Amino acid sequence: MSACLSNQVFEAWCWFGWWLISSERNTVLLFKLEVTTCFLFSLLNRSKGGFFKPEMQFMLLFSRQGKLRLQKWYVPLSDKEKKKITRELVQTILARKPKMCSFLEWRDLKIVYKRYASLYFCCAIEDQDNELITLEIIHRYVELLDKYFGSVCELDIIFNFEKAYFILDEFLLGGEAQETSKKNVLKAIEQADLLQEPRHEYFNVPVY
Amino acid sequence: MADSRRSAPLSWTNKPAAKMSDVVEKTLTALPSLLSLDSQPGSAKLSSSSKLGNLIRGITELTSKHEEEKLIQRELVSIKEQVSSPNTTMRQMKELMVRAIYCESLGYEASFSYIHAIKLAQQGTALEKRVGYLAVSLFLNENHELLLLLVNTVLKDLQSTNLIEVCMALTVVSQMFPKDMIPAILPLVEEKLNHPKEIIRRKAVLALYKFYLIAPNQVQHIHNKFRKALCDKDPGVMTASLHIYLQLIQENPDGYKDLTASFVTILKQVVGGKLPIDFNYHSVPAPWLQIQLLRILSLLGKNDQNASEIMYEILDESLQRAEMNHNITYAILYECVKCVYTIHPKSDLLEKAAKCIGNFVLSQKINLKYLGLKALTYVVQQDPKLALQHQMTIIECLDHSDLIIKRETVELLFRITNAQNVMVIVDKMLEFLRVSPDDYTTIDLTGKVAELAEKYAPDNEWFIETMNTVFSVGGDMMQPDIPNSFLKLLSEGFDGVEEDRKLRLFAVDSYVSLLRGEPGKLPQRFLQVISWVLGEYSHLMEELEPATVLRLLERLLDMKQTSSETKSWVLMAMTKLCEGGASVAVAQQVSETYISSMDTVLRQRAQELQHLSQDSELRARVLPRDADLEPQEVDSSLSFLDGFVSEALAAGAAPYKPPHQRQEELAQAKALSLEPYGLSLPISMASCSIADRQSPTLLSISSGLSGDSTELSHKGGPTTLKLDGVKRVWGREGYLRESVEEVAQVEVPSPLRSPSQQAGADSSHSQTPTPTPDPEQDKQQLASSLFFGLSSQSPMCLMGKPEPTPNRFRRKTKGQGSSSSATGQTPSPLSSSPSTVDDLLGDDLLDSSIPSEPSVSSSTITLELSQGFTATAHGPCDVEAELADSDVKESNPSPSEDDGLVAADPAPHEDPDRPEDPCLSSHLPAELCEHGHSEITPLCTNQSLELSACHVQKEDSLVFVIFICNSSAIQQIQLELHSEHLEVSCVSDSPEVDVSSHSVTVYQYSLTVKRPSVHVEVAGMVSYQLCDGTPQNLQFSYKLPLTSFIRPLTVSTEEYGTMWLDFCHDTKQNLTLISDGEEPLTATLNVLKRKLQLGVVEVIGMEGILACQLLKDQPCLMHCRVHAGLLAVWLRSPVPDLPDCLIYHCQRALQGD
Repeated sequence: MSACLSNQVFEAWCWFGWWLISSERNTVLLFKLEVTTCFLFSLLNRSKGGFFKPEMQFMLLFSRQGKLRLQKWYVPLSDKEKKKITRELVQTILARKPKMCSFLEWRDLKIVYKRYASLYFCCAIEDQDNELITLEIIHRYVELLDKYFGSVCELDIIFNFEKAYFILDEFLLGGEAQETSKKNVLKAIEQADLLQEPRHEYFNVPVY
Repeated sequence: MADSRRSAPLSWTNKPAAKMSDVVEKTLTALPSLLSLDSQPGSAKLSSSSKLGNLIRGITELTSKHEEEKLIQRELVSIKEQVSSPNTTMRQMKELMVRAIYCESLGYEASFSYIHAIKLAQQGTALEKRVGYLAVSLFLNENHELLLLLVNTVLKDLQSTNLIEVCMALTVVSQMFPKDMIPAILPLVEEKLNHPKEIIRRKAVLALYKFYLIAPNQVQHIHNKFRKALCDKDPGVMTASLHIYLQLIQENPDGYKDLTASFVTILKQVVGGKLPIDFNYHSVPAPWLQIQLLRILSLLGKNDQNASEIMYEILDESLQRAEMNHNITYAILYECVKCVYTIHPKSDLLEKAAKCIGNFVLSQKINLKYLGLKALTYVVQQDPKLALQHQMTIIECLDHSDLIIKRETVELLFRITNAQNVMVIVDKMLEFLRVSPDDYTTIDLTGKVAELAEKYAPDNEWFIETMNTVFSVGGDMMQPDIPNSFLKLLSEGFDGVEEDRKLRLFAVDSYVSLLRGEPGKLPQRFLQVISWVLGEYSHLMEELEPATVLRLLERLLDMKQTSSETKSWVLMAMTKLCEGGASVAVAQQVSETYISSMDTVLRQRAQELQHLSQDSELRARVLPRDADLEPQEVDSSLSFLDGFVSEALAAGAAPYKPPHQRQEELAQAKALSLEPYGLSLPISMASCSIADRQSPTLLSISSGLSGDSTELSHKGGPTTLKLDGVKRVWGREGYLRESVEEVAQVEVPSPLRSPSQQAGADSSHSQTPTPTPDPEQDKQQLASSLFFGLSSQSPMCLMGKPEPTPNRFRRKTKGQGSSSSATGQTPSPLSSSPSTVDDLLGDDLLDSSIPSEPSVSSSTITLELSQGFTATAHGPCDVEAELADSDVKESNPSPSEDDGLVAADPAPHEDPDRPEDPCLSSHLPAELCEHGHSEITPLCTNQSLELSACHVQKEDSLVFVIFICNSSAIQQIQLELHSEHLEVSCVSDSPEVDVSSHSVTVYQYSLTVKRPSVHVEVAGMVSYQLCDGTPQNLQFSYKLPLTSFIRPLTVSTEEYGTMWLDFCHDTKQNLTLISDGEEPLTATLNVLKRKLQLGVVEVIGMEGILACQLLKDQPCLMHCRVHAGLLAVWLRSPVPDLPDCLIYHCQRALQGD
């Protein structure tokens, strides 16, 4: 009830704020800031529940030697930050013993990682999220890779990283599990792959 | 060397887990050799001959980072050359792009290729496009400006007949899209919700979800379409729509209660295995979907018995169906348990959930154990007995080799802390703190320990010692409010005078010994706390000579690592302490060292120290010992400077502009035109915003709003997280409150305490438990002390301390509000920045009105200034008509009465001192009489002439009236008026009219403002000839406030909106609110309306808009908002300086003078 009311008030204020807004960008921004200060709380409350964050914030694949094989970021970060995060995480995870927990607290995030042969798969989620299901997301991704490449190994991912990205995008979209059915994911990828086949052949036809 | 490893398949390294994926393992064990890879099925062709292959191989062969860099740089140069060549085909471009991605992922910048990636996405055929889109999504993040160039490509592809292209477009849109451009593609994405293909519908839903996340208001109008997606016949689409619903329900659970039954039905079907087998994961039906649904249900059932009742059945089924055989079922169980404990409780469900948690905690698998602890932490406040059941496991986890298990256990202990077990638990927490390498953990845990210590400290010694550890371990990372609230606690005291004294004494004692030890190891924040406490309270310790303390403090100053902030705290403490010969000598010596410091703050402190140490009387007044901590009155609006400011403004100084305004003006000056030249989008942004202008659907405000909110989330993120632990602990909504009380009740020790057990309990409570030969017994003891007080039924609890320990600091904290929140409201005795100290000192000086000490404080100088201002002579002829509006007769005085009165008393005025109003007002022209006029004030007089003046505020003008009475025969009176602020035009007869002897002539002038100023002035000169023909003149001036020219402006809110945007001069300030019984905003606005004639346009909630005009037709708009007990006012006007002048008058009007 009260939430409903506050939403209405919120809308009313947005509406009111609108009158006072112009096309001059700078002014608008400033003014919006001013007008919206009173909504700060409602917005903060929203962001508390991870409002602006996808379930998964990023996924990294790296080798035992610490070489990054794949990286997917679902939150906007600068290159510098990305590099820093990667370096720190690779270091921390490689230092962990095999029998240790697959979860890790890191800054304000939860890191879920798992090692498959020489590759580490590592995902960052928020503290309140379910670590186990993230572990299974990693596993499902490995299954998908395995099915697609047929007994996948690190080399497949190194040499065909773009394919690995395509599969990942078909499986996770914007940090959320998009399609969990193995069949459907692979079907989508294969369909896209097929598109090129005729072209491929066409280009491969020797010219006489 | 790396090759052998690289060729190994990705197989399970974790044996127990491997059992669960036999299928995978079988495929993986078929070890494919490097050679056979080429013949693999699928498109996993190892393009050994390709350039990428060569590059990758080349890199793996290199041994040094340096060589790698050289190779990549060479590669990048070649890529760059080729991408910019016009002969490169799209196919080659695709290949180049993949190589560029590879280089980027190795950490080398290839930003030159970004634009080509976009080009590839735009011009390539399907597969090339795919790589183009991939490259874009990897290279750019959603704030990158190049993304704008992608919008058209996306639009084209969304309209494509090729499904794959549509899919690609939707995929890239759901990953990143410029927020401002959402309206351009929104209709197309919406359309896709009805697409026959399931995959398109699903991706469209996810794209909308993305839009909802980054700009929630853009998609508000399509909420009903989400419902359609929820009912989609394809489970994939339905699952995708749950992402949106989870968000929506999180924000507003009440809005979606009607869907509870639907979600329950869906979950039933899923659990019952009604979904296609494709969705199974390791023979568990759609686990992701189940978890998503459970999350939604827990949100819906929270604090809602009716909704919860619908769920009980399915939750029960879920708990039973999830057989313990795979990680995925544990994942579902965990979510289920959380749900059961979140919704309205049902005892048998709780029991089952508790059993589940038990299985988790007792599991040998470390991941499950961790999750069990996490679940336990989540539920323990509702069910403290659950922790008791698992106490031995918890004790084991405390010593676990994996830090994260330890960390979670510590968190769990934190939640079960009470007055009985606080010592043991805090001890454990501090132990963890010492080994934790992570700054985030340190910050979090120090906060929690400080909280517990304040809440449950059993005695002074323990409290001070614990805080000492917190300060030394937390170092300079911890949240600044910890030392603040600690000092506040010390200074405000809690129980009784004697207790306070003991606490302080103990603190002093402990700090003195710390300083005698190795103060170099202590963090800066701790040193600051120490110096403050010693400065304030070291006198309590009688045997301690001030000089001794001073010498100890002096050592701090000499240490290399002491920061200058700490040094100023130390100097401050020394200032309080320098008493008696020896200490004065030390003080003098120190102050001489720092009096020439390069740091101005330090120099200031040294100056203070020097002067105050010499003058003990002054010191006693400035820094009274045991001063009561009544909050010092601080004039935050600096109103004592008003006079100075208005002087300066009147003298032509530029009005102050806050930094943001200056920046804004600067930005405006060199801003680019953002207006589009032409619109190529199917939906033009412009038309979109126009539509919005009329409809309150907030379509376009949303982008800005969400822009703000993203910023917020970034900023707010860490803060919320930090607060999280602190807040959640003792007051999460729901049933926790009850359970806290429950804990409090069982805290009372049971009388059934056997003497034999007492010994054990006592020893376990000592800070260093005596080592016992049997480690198991040791653990038992630890358990008894840890879980003491959790349940009265447990035999362990009988071993408590006999006397109930009062929560000593609790009472105080309650009275003050929570320690963290209180700091904001009441001025804390000290804040972390020494500048506040400065203010306090300054105010002290002002209060005791010490004649200005040259060195002491800047405030004293201000005092002089303000005195100077009031004393400044305005010249003999000046008339102060400041704020004359209050003098203007409010309701029109009946002129007839005045007339009648004056008629009896005709003209001549002998006495210049006498107020001349009654007689002169009769001369006021009739048409002016109906308006209120200001007091008629004498302007100047000499033996032959008397000049008086007043001003009349008409609705559309201001009339300045001058009365000239000549007492002797003079001729050719000429009146000239001029003003730098005002435009003066003559209203009445020619000013050259002769004034007959002994009569009153009235001149009327209409004034308009040329250049606004706080006060405007008209200067004038009367020249006349005496009877003998000698020319004479007389100068005068008349000052009137700007407010006389202010009239209300009637505009509608719409007009106001458009006007607001056109005005470029603005100012902002916080003003005090008036609260006399009424609602503060209304009261304040009424005052402004009455005193300044501002017109109230609209008031909504805590905001109001007002409008006024400066005669003639120079509008000024005002927007005010109540914020934090102040009125945040923002004025805008096309006239420079007008907002600044007006804000000054608003301030004066609200101060009530």
